Order: sequence, then structure tokens, then C-alpha cells
Amino acid sequence: MTKNLVNKQGKYGNYGGMFIPEVLVAPIKELTRAFNAIGMSKRFQEHLAEVLRHYAGRPTPLTEVKSFSQAINGPKIYLKREDLLHTGSHKINNALGQCLLAREIGKSRIIAETGAGQHGVATATACAYLGLDCVVYMGKVDIERQSPNVAKMKLLGAEVISVGSGTQILKDAINEALRDYATNFDTTHYCIGSALGPHPYPEMVRIFQSVIGNETKKQCREKFATDPDVIIACVGGGSNAIGIFSPFIAKKKVRLIGVEAGGLGDDLGQHAARFFSGKPGVLHGCCSYVLQDDAGQISETHSISAGLDYPSVGPLHASLFDQKRVLYTRVKDETAILALKLLAKTEGIIPALESAHALGYLLQQGKKFNKKDKVIVNLSGRGDKDLPQLVVRGLI
Amino acid sequence: MNRIDKTFKRDKVFIAYLIAGQKGLDYSFNVALSLIESGVDLLEVGVPFSDPVADGPVIQRAMNDALVRKVTILDALELIKRIRKYTDIPLVLFSYLNPILQFGYNRVFKLAKDSGVDGTLIVDLPVEESIAYVLKCKKYKIAPIFVVAPSTTSGRIRQIDKHAQGFLYYACRKGTTGMKKDLPADFAKNVRLIKRNSKLPVVVGFGVSSRRVAKKIINIADGFVVGSLFVDKISQGVGSRELKKITLAIEPRRKRKV
Repeated sequence: MTKNLVNKQGKYGNYGGMFIPEVLVAPIKELTRAFNAIGMSKRFQEHLAEVLRHYAGRPTPLTEVKSFSQAINGPKIYLKREDLLHTGSHKINNALGQCLLAREIGKSRIIAETGAGQHGVATATACAYLGLDCVVYMGKVDIERQSPNVAKMKLLGAEVISVGSGTQILKDAINEALRDYATNFDTTHYCIGSALGPHPYPEMVRIFQSVIGNETKKQCREKFATDPDVIIACVGGGSNAIGIFSPFIAKKKVRLIGVEAGGLGDDLGQHAARFFSGKPGVLHGCCSYVLQDDAGQISETHSISAGLDYPSVGPLHASLFDQKRVLYTRVKDETAILALKLLAKTEGIIPALESAHALGYLLQQGKKFNKKDKVIVNLSGRGDKDLPQLVVRGLI
Repeated sequence: MNRIDKTFKRDKVFIAYLIAGQKGLDYSFNVALSLIESGVDLLEVGVPFSDPVADGPVIQRAMNDALVRKVTILDALELIKRIRKYTDIPLVLFSYLNPILQFGYNRVFKLAKDSGVDGTLIVDLPVEESIAYVLKCKKYKIAPIFVVAPSTTSGRIRQIDKHAQGFLYYACRKGTTGMKKDLPADFAKNVRLIKRNSKLPVVVGFGVSSRRVAKKIINIADGFVVGSLFVDKISQGVGSRELKKITLAIEPRRKRKV
């Protein structure tokens, strides 16, 4: 079923596609061919699965959090523990996949953008492991709010380039990475960290991340002998969400909930909730919901979580929103912080601020669930990287 | 014959690019007149965009300046309308896709036609995604202009040629816009490859900022584009007299129209 989500032109319904300057068409088509011929081959997939098992730490557990559930008077809640992966988030699944593929097609240099720094760290790690050069573009604002990850990337041998143009966050880092790619694609692969960008990226990233959903499905079968009732994930670009949703999209009984960053409030510029006030548009090579003004200029966004602070969203999410297959909702900064603290106190698990948005939804809506509902939350990353910022600002 | 075809029939073509609203719309208007008076044969008017991934820092900063002044694609078209009253040279609207999408192809193309636009170039719309766009161009008799890059294969040039009108814009180097000293080594070979696969005139841009380079280009191509150099000078606040001097200094053809 999920195989037919996308057509040959990379369209998910009206969304996706390949909206790029002419200079990038040749390398993007080369990547599409390589992904189809090599990336989708049994040999490659088995090799990647092996690396994920022995190097990244898959499979990740499904942990029931009874005390957290009790504290919010909620349903039965299980966390998919991507936070326990090497480098601390789900980003390593995709980074290893893309870097392995890049090495197979003879690229020696990898570039990446990063917001929270998790994708940057994952890519720098994959490059160190596979012997590839690594350059990470990161907005100046994000460098300031995610300092532990910047230090990690440098230690891992990556060059971190501070992007001071535009709004100085994730979207501007992507602009710079695309410019680098347009110049250096002969030797360089651009490892995009989320399920967005021009075709084939959204599909490639979805496939590399669907290991999360496939494992979850198997674990649910073992634990409950059935599928879960609800799956909740945070949605920035949307790679962790699409990864865990993927095998369940065709299973209409499973309720899927995507949580965007509600930021400080509902005015444009105060949040990153694309499905709340975005409109279809084109940014960074694909058509999707985009936060923008009436003249088609991309808006500023705000979220306490750097990983959710992005004005567009993966094109498959846009299609699932139109189809009403996934319920997209938003959680504010303050609620995410409350959820982070509650999970830490009740369960001894410190979630990333991104993942804390998914928990924040339960904080607000948990008591409305049937107590017997089996709810999976994708705990996409751990919160170590957020602590310095939260402490400095007196938020924890 | 339309203005673009007529211009290429006559001579090699000097193309200048400016950003609508850099330093204000009145400033842009005066810049346009100065460029035309000093011999530019075709003018590209760029619509500012918040995330110009095909452009280097010079153009990005200039676009930002225009955006701070709240310049929109409608303002760019209004500017073209003003310029059109003063000149009969071809005028090309240069934009990223998203500002066009938000107003809609219909509204933009109708306004463009009314304003005297002869051609449009959408930077991030490769031929694969351009069916609706090319149809609108046909309907309003506006030339859809496409970019060819060093990485574009001969088969792909032929595919582009099927849809393109007016001329092909050869962006002669990988990467983004910005001033460079010389041409890449494969430039002549690639222009010949394009010419073998298309009957349209070929102009060369990306990094052209001197008379020496412009001269090399018109030896084998049909025209050249100067963009970042003008944008950079404008950001330094040069006046119309100095702009004319710069234009005349680049002018590589013997005959100078004044």
C-alpha cells in the first residue's frame, strides 16, 4: 500500500515534485537512479539493517510509561525509544542510509543542514564511521541554542558553518546547503535530514525512517497481538512522524496524530504550525503547506524547539492532511516544557523538546482518551542537547 | 515579429538584470532608464524572494533590501509598466515560483501582458514541472524562457527546446550567481552543444562582470547577461551617471547606441 503513495514524478497527490534550479536537475536525477537501483536493493537494505543493529543500536524498545499516564489520567502509553539510539535521536537511521548510499556512488564529501543539531550530529557520526568528509550548515540562532551538539559535530571531525543570512535558522541552513550542493555535486552528496526537499528526498527519507514504524508494528503484535489504537509524533519537517506512521497509513483503524510547534501563540511568526495557518506553496524544492505572507514570501517561525522551527513540512504530510488521514494539531512552547519535566520526574526519561510536543498533546488531551487505548508516542530524541538553553533561560 | 525575436535578429544582445525595489521602486525605475540609455538591449526585472537558493550573497542581500520595503511581484509588474512607457526593448520578468503561485498564474500573466512583459523566467521551475506555466505563456503570448546549466545533457536541451521560446539562458557555471573574473573552461564547448540542440538564441550569464568576458561570450553566443555587478553597484548607492559609465565600460560591441 505505502509503495503507491508517490508517483514517478515524486508527487504525493498535489504535493512534492522537483522544484529546483536547472543546475541541480542532473545530480538529483542521478540520486534518484542510485536510490532506486542501489538503495532499494535487497543487498543494500540488508547491509543497512546490519549497521543499524550493530552500530546504531536497533531495535529500540517500546517502553510503557504507567506513572506518566497516571499523572495525566490518560490511556495506556508506550514510548518508541528512538532517544536510545546512538547520537540520541531517530536522525541516525536516515543519515546512515544516505551516507552509505553516497559512498556506494562514489561521493567523498557529505553536506547537511541542521536545526536542533541532531541531524548534524547523526551525519557527522555516519561520516566519521564511513570515512567521508562532512560539512554541516547551521543557522546562527540555532548554534547558540544547541551548543552541545555543535561541540559534538566538531569533535566528530565535521566542519560547522554558521549561517548568518535570512532568519538564521533551519530554513536558511537549507538555502546554504543547496547552494553548496549546486556548486560541488560532482564530489558531494547533500544529506537532507527530513522528509522534504525535491524528489527523491521525501521518499528516500521516508523509507529510511520507516524502520521505526516497522519495528513498532512488530512490537505491538508481540505485546498486544494487534495494532495500536493511536500513534502520536511531533512534526517539524516530519521525518520521525512519517517513519512511524508509514506502515499504519493503510490501516484506517489506527489513529495518527501529528503535533506541530504552537510556539508562543497563533499569530503568523509566533509558531511553526503549517497546517494551522500555512497555504500550499513551494519552498526548498517541493510543494507543500508553507507559512508565508500574502505575497508569497516565506514567514518567520518560532518554536522553543529548533527541530520544529521550519516554515514548511514534508509533502506526504500535506497529502495526509488533505485526505484527513492524520490529525495535525499544535502544542505551545510552555506545554512542551511541562511535558518534558513531567516525563523526567515520573519516568526518569528526559525527552528532546521536539518529542516533548508529542507528549504535550497527551498532557492536554490525555484524559479524553479511552483508558484502554494503546497509545504509542514516538520519543524521537533525548533532551540532553536542550538542557543548557533551558537552564540559562530559567525554564527548568 | 515580437520584441525579443526582433532584438536577436538585429545584433548581439546586452542583457541587464535588476531587482525590483532594491533601494526603492523609484530608484529601480531610474536604474532601468540609465541602463537602457547606455545601450542595454534587454532588461530582466527580478522579483525579490525571501529564499533565493539559486542566487549568491550579493543578490540575496539586495532582495532582502527590497523585501524590507515590502516590494511584491505586483510592484515588480507595476515597475515594468512604468519602464514600458519609455522604451520598446524586450522586458523579462524573472522570479522564483512561490510569489507567482500565491497570486496565481492567471492573475500574474494577465497583469504581465498588460504591463508589457515579453518573456518570463522562473528560476526554480524545471521543464518537468512546467506544463501549466507553458500553457499560460502561450495563452498570453509571453515567451517562456528556460535556463540551461553545464550539467544539462543534450537530450535534455532538446526537451527544453520543445517548450522554450525567445532565447535560452545558459547559466555557465555550477553554483549560484555572483561576480567572477573569468569564464569556465568548458564554456565554449557547452555553448556549441546547446546550439547543436536548439535553434533558439543562446545568452550566457552567471558571473559576467567585465568587457573582456562579455567579448569572449559574444564571439560564439548571441548575448550576455550582467546581473550581480549592477546589483552590487546599486547596493553601494551609485548614481545614474556612474551606472552609465559602468555599462559603457562593459559594452563589448563596436557600434554603440546612445
